[in-house]
Amino acid sequence: MSSLTSPRVLRDVVARGRPLGGRLDRIAGAVFILPAVVVILGFSIFPLLASLYVSLSRLSFSQGGVELKFVGFNNYAKLLFGIDRTHFLGVIGPVTPVSGAVLVAGYGLMAFLLFRYARYPGRTLLGLVGRVITAVIAGAGLWLIVNTILTSGRPGTLVVTLVYVGVDVSVQYLLGLGLALLVVQQLPGRRFFRVVFLLPMMITPVGVAYLFRMLTDTSKGPLYPLWAHFGLTDVSWVTNPWGARLAVMIGDVWQWTPFIFIILLAAIETLPHELVEAAVADGANRWQVFWRITFPQILPATTTVVLIRIIEGFKIIDLPNVLTNGGPGTATESLTLHAYTIWRALDIGGSAAVAYMLLIVVTFVGVSYVNLFRRRATAVA
Amino acid sequence: MSRHVARALVLLLATAVAAACSGGSTSSNQQFSGTTIRVVTFTGPQIAEPLQRRAPDFEKATGAKVQIITVPFSDLYQKLLTDFATKTNSYDATVFDPQWMGDYVPSGYLEDLTDRVQKDSALQWNDIAPFFRDFSATFKGKVYTIPLDGDFQMVYYRKDILDKDGVKPPETWQDYINIAKQYQGKDLNGDGKADYGSCLAMKRSAQSYWAWLSIAAAYLQSQGTKQGAFFNTDNMQPLTNNPAAAAALDVYKQLSKIGPPDQLNNDVGDSRGLFITGRCALSLDWGDIGTLAIDTTQSKVADKVGAIILPGSKQVLDRATNQLVTCNSTLCPNAVNGVNHAPFAAFGGWSGAINKASASKTKDAAFAFLSYMSQPAQSGEDVTIGKTGFNPYRISHFTNKDAWTKAGMSAAAATDYLGAIQSSLQSPNMVLDLRIPQTSFYQQTALDTALAQYLAGEISVNQCMTQITNQWNSKTDEVGRPSQLDAYKASLSITK
Repeated sequence: MSSLTSPRVLRDVVARGRPLGGRLDRIAGAVFILPAVVVILGFSIFPLLASLYVSLSRLSFSQGGVELKFVGFNNYAKLLFGIDRTHFLGVIGPVTPVSGAVLVAGYGLMAFLLFRYARYPGRTLLGLVGRVITAVIAGAGLWLIVNTILTSGRPGTLVVTLVYVGVDVSVQYLLGLGLALLVVQQLPGRRFFRVVFLLPMMITPVGVAYLFRMLTDTSKGPLYPLWAHFGLTDVSWVTNPWGARLAVMIGDVWQWTPFIFIILLAAIETLPHELVEAAVADGANRWQVFWRITFPQILPATTTVVLIRIIEGFKIIDLPNVLTNGGPGTATESLTLHAYTIWRALDIGGSAAVAYMLLIVVTFVGVSYVNLFRRRATAVA
Repeated sequence: MSRHVARALVLLLATAVAAACSGGSTSSNQQFSGTTIRVVTFTGPQIAEPLQRRAPDFEKATGAKVQIITVPFSDLYQKLLTDFATKTNSYDATVFDPQWMGDYVPSGYLEDLTDRVQKDSALQWNDIAPFFRDFSATFKGKVYTIPLDGDFQMVYYRKDILDKDGVKPPETWQDYINIAKQYQGKDLNGDGKADYGSCLAMKRSAQSYWAWLSIAAAYLQSQGTKQGAFFNTDNMQPLTNNPAAAAALDVYKQLSKIGPPDQLNNDVGDSRGLFITGRCALSLDWGDIGTLAIDTTQSKVADKVGAIILPGSKQVLDRATNQLVTCNSTLCPNAVNGVNHAPFAAFGGWSGAINKASASKTKDAAFAFLSYMSQPAQSGEDVTIGKTGFNPYRISHFTNKDAWTKAGMSAAAATDYLGAIQSSLQSPNMVLDLRIPQTSFYQQTALDTALAQYLAGEISVNQCMTQITNQWNSKTDEVGRPSQLDAYKASLSITK
């Protein structure tokens, strides 16, 4: 093809003929992109920077209006070292045999994975540095989780949120995958169940929270006959820290399993039959068919849906807020609820600081996840 | 030419006169026609209900247009403050929590109503009980709000059951615990199921912390309203780390275990529901249980409810030594039988205030509307209706017993209920709720969280007291200790 017909050359030729139109043509690309850039700057970059500034300041209302006083890292220092430390990070208890064993096992596993990567022929320096950073931060996170949960200490809002995300997403994934595999079988009524399994996702989260508030009420509520039958009317879910957290997690699992279910169902249904048929002809059993054929093929969909759920999961607020308002004590308080509680008392800087800590944690988890799992899964597929 | 001009002038004059006449005739009874008053309050249904119900009558009488805007309670404080501070001024008046005066008045957002209330004879300012007039509506000696609701906490008990067993209603918090223990697990409403000795709201981020303050007040304040129950009026040191606070925390913890299993997750709606369905022997609440109990569509305890002033304590905090000591005549000048009662005006009662930045005619109209709501003819009826959320606050509300019997209360129950309120109101040792800048942080955030953590066993008594004290001190220093002390003393009407 002659170079004369390429758009750029063509445009230049035309432009030489008409100077003004030519200039317009040349900046047309920028002009068309400009609205999108302005929208992104205005609605996403600017608020992000503004909230960063707010998190470094203290807001007060005065006669003339609003006063923003720059206080440096004061709001962050309060969370990490000051009067809000036990609320945010929790209380560290003395080491117990269990917590020690879990820590040793966790650190051992991390060291092993790092060592394996270091000896992996395709390693890069950047990959190694990234993994070391991930391991250090994840190690600190593990230390915090283990020392607040497996000891006599108590988890802060950061650890509670991490527990919600870890447990919820794992259980949701296992249940969603199981249901998707069930529904693709040629079972009677599968169309009906496909719709039924989707319903929880359609309900507004506050509605789900109120529903679970009624269900967990053992002294009245719709499940009262059941509790009464087992003599559990004097037992309360929501006055025990782990009972309340469990109630929140059950609600979240109930609501969001359908999301994973529908995506995995779509992924499984589009898989070609030939591979499965060939495997069956070669004598593979059902487990082998699943593990060697179906699972690797739905891995890209899996990693994407898990990533979405992880990011969403960190933002949980409706359930703990309605179910127990973060109680008993601060047992069910998530990071978003923590930020909200502070915001309500007009400490907007402190609230922004909590929100930024959340952003940092989500970004760290998201980026690590994408780098360590998602790329590999996509590469395998 | 000049004839034309003259004719035109005459025509103009005639039109002007006609316009003035018609205008004059409307203004004689439609004083505020063309004026719109935007009143903001919380979603309710209580509080907003009477305002919405009575607005059309007021519009008919005065020609003003009243818009009632409602926002969720947890957003109201923020919304008002942001609106005032950014000079958006989208509201002309508000029916709000007078505790926020500490934030709004020093910033100059609220209209001084001192002259208006004196001049408005229909308002009958002197009919409003002295506590609400002189403390609740007043800041630094000037009137900023019109009370629409009389809030303080009382103890309710099942009169039928206690009378039958010959048990006297509680005088002290120890009595309260003993009675609660006696009835815990007994069937109180004849349905064969075990019921509860006491039902309190103990949910976090709700209205629970007021109950603890109601208990603590008896131990903390003994020398009259001006003594204050929150801070030392010399140096703004919190009164939250001493044997009195510890005693109140201990009572609170004991009560958390004598009640429904979900008590730590109950809000006032839950505890009221339990009480009026006959499942509790005792409860601590605002005036609402009294009127809800006579609503036979939901109540199973109509005419079985007794109300009394908040129980007291035989030991109070001696601020000189920071010790808990037994009452004597100098320490507890208002004690009855050696028991110091400190009825707590929790929250302070929904009150109306006017935005200083509104146009002066709108302010007049807004004042007229708030005054109309408070006048005995209207409020006398509203305080007898449970769903209004309004509780009595005028002397005439107590003397006019007919309104109460008309609403369905028996004469005996009305006397008992009003008597409990009146004995609280007449107490010179009434405790004024906190109203200084950032009150919502001190109470809703710091105090509420620490109490919830203490009840849940996350922290010990001492950790709880230290946590509250540190958080309060840190906030005081952040805002400025001298200005906070000044605001606290102003709220107590200490002028020295």
